[in-house]
Amino acid sequence: MTQNRPWIPYLLILPSVAFLALLFVVPLVQTIWLALSDNGAPSLANAERMVTDINFTRSVRNTFLLTIVVVPVQIAIALAMGTMVAKVGRGRETILWIWTIPLGISDLAAGLVWLSILQNTGYFNSLLFSLGVIGRQASWLSYQTPVALFIAIAVAEIWRGTAIVMVIIVAGLNQVPKEFKEAAEIFGAGPWTRFWRITLPLIRPALQSALILRTVLAFEVFAVVYALGGRNFPVLVGEAYNWQNQNQNYSVAAVYAVLIMIISLAATLIYLKALKVDPERLS
Amino acid sequence: MANIVIDRIRKSFGAFQALKEVSLTINDGEFVSLLGPSGCGKTTLLRIIAGLETSTSGDVRIGDRSIIGLAPKDRGLAMVFQNYAVFPHMTVYENVAFGLRMQKADDARVKAQVEKAAGLLHIEPYLDRYPNKLSGGQRQRVAVARALAVEPKVLLMDEPLSNLDALLRLEMRTELKTVLQSAGTTTIYVTHDQTEAMGLSDRIAVMHNGVVEQVGHPVEIYNHPATRFVGGFIGSPPMNFIKVPVSNGRVAAGAEQLAVPEDVGNEIVLGLRGEAVELAPLPQGIEMKVRVAEPMGSHLLLTGSIHDQPVRVILPASETVRSGDTIGLKLDRKRITWLSPESGKSFPAVSA
Ligand SMILES: Nc1ncnc2c1ncn2[C@@H]1O[C@H](COP(=O)(O)OP(=O)(O)O)[C@@H](O)[C@H]1O
Ligand SMILES: [Mg+2]
Repeated sequence: MTQNRPWIPYLLILPSVAFLALLFVVPLVQTIWLALSDNGAPSLANAERMVTDINFTRSVRNTFLLTIVVVPVQIAIALAMGTMVAKVGRGRETILWIWTIPLGISDLAAGLVWLSILQNTGYFNSLLFSLGVIGRQASWLSYQTPVALFIAIAVAEIWRGTAIVMVIIVAGLNQVPKEFKEAAEIFGAGPWTRFWRITLPLIRPALQSALILRTVLAFEVFAVVYALGGRNFPVLVGEAYNWQNQNQNYSVAAVYAVLIMIISLAATLIYLKALKVDPERLS
Repeated sequence: MANIVIDRIRKSFGAFQALKEVSLTINDGEFVSLLGPSGCGKTTLLRIIAGLETSTSGDVRIGDRSIIGLAPKDRGLAMVFQNYAVFPHMTVYENVAFGLRMQKADDARVKAQVEKAAGLLHIEPYLDRYPNKLSGGQRQRVAVARALAVEPKVLLMDEPLSNLDALLRLEMRTELKTVLQSAGTTTIYVTHDQTEAMGLSDRIAVMHNGVVEQVGHPVEIYNHPATRFVGGFIGSPPMNFIKVPVSNGRVAAGAEQLAVPEDVGNEIVLGLRGEAVELAPLPQGIEMKVRVAEPMGSHLLLTGSIHDQPVRVILPASETVRSGDTIGLKLDRKRITWLSPESGKSFPAVSA
């Protein structure tokens, strides 16, 4: 039947194509145009305005720094958690469920949770005070304590975003037949060698997905940073937000959006190349 | 010396007893099969020997040294897994070299050993390939080569041929036998395929429900099964079991009187291999009603009944018997096994 009417498949995918075009491609083209035009003519004036802003360099540096610190730590913690939970028999589901609770909390709420812990009158200071470590309220989140602020944001991000990495890695670990590890064990590989030489290479597809997802999300970090540091810790999305809302300059905000997209796409490409999952290893 | 002593091994999974006091001794250089139906505990026993599973109680010694507390790598053994477990992300060369690399062998030794093992298993042409480019039979060879490359004292194999098709299985069986005979490795071979066990083994341990029912030379087990289970599991067709009345220590088989072991009741089970008969005229022979006669080319397979109990016998292909016939059979008395109807255990062979 479809042979007589070759347009049927196209008709069937038309709604989704139209949907994507309307909600993704059109805004994308509009944003790019907004970013690269001035008074209806192509122009780099907005880009120039962005890079000459005093917060631009800081926001780029902060975002990259945060990504470089947070993503590897998240991958390492997720690998450790995933390996541990794989050894657990009963109660495994419960542990996984508890570990994934941060996933269910929105990033702004997560930022506020950590704010209540780390602000001047927060739980962290109360604890330190009651232990006698500090004599009076210390501030951790001000522009005068950039290192403490960075650590606080990094910790909050790690806490919030590790669960999704772990879920992906646990799924990857479940795909590896236990005979591979047992064979390695019999032929003399210790736990460390088994992990590096057998497990890690075999979960490479999962690792790749987790890295891409986490890195892209890390470049888009905003709500947690905004809740904890406000404008003391500028990041790319935060700057886009400020140009859009405070300065009412949609064009510079659009340049930021395009920049974030380019960085994300580049990171994804690098991962796909670096962790190339060759068809050879798929048994 | 790499003799293996399995000493009263028990294994429970919760309330379920997978192994109920299994004892078995395997001599240095011997090839012993663990044979039994699926779920009888063969893999569990093998994994306990390998150190991949802990036993509930009991001991395993290799060369008179208890290994039960040792890590798998310190037991001096190698293993071939049922699904091969050939590492997909390493070339065939690196797979075969894996054990040697873990032992920190120098490159020259690694190369020499890999080439030797690859030569034995005829996988030299594939050394640079990845396993997904290989057929099941070739992966199987890689798994065996990986095990032999470390020159283990003891080789454990868990159903290594069961994932191959019938023709390849036969070919690999012959080849395994050649390779292992020349290597002189003490081998424990798990299988549920009785022809495989018969063909390969110096001795067979027949397992059933977590118990070793009989250990012995393949021919001995075939001719004189220790239990009804063993007789029924080994051989194709399986052994026939016919319950017959005993009077004055004798059983009538047609005109013949067969002596039975002493101190039996008034009934006994006659265990008869299908081919241990020849055609005889009635009433000298024992009467068999033939329900189906199947000419197989090499022999004639008859299905029917003796004393109203189902039997299968084999006659030379030259005989002409048709479905529905009633025939007389003379039993080869030297090849009869007498079994207790109550316990299912066989009596020692009687001379008269
Ligand atoms: N990890 C386990 N947990 C619970 N039961 C198991 C486990 N491993 C094996 N068993 C049970 O023990 C019995 C023997 O298993 P196994 O040794 O694999 O049998 P075989 O290899 O002879 O087919 C089976 O009934 C199986 O279900
Ligand atoms: Mg098994």
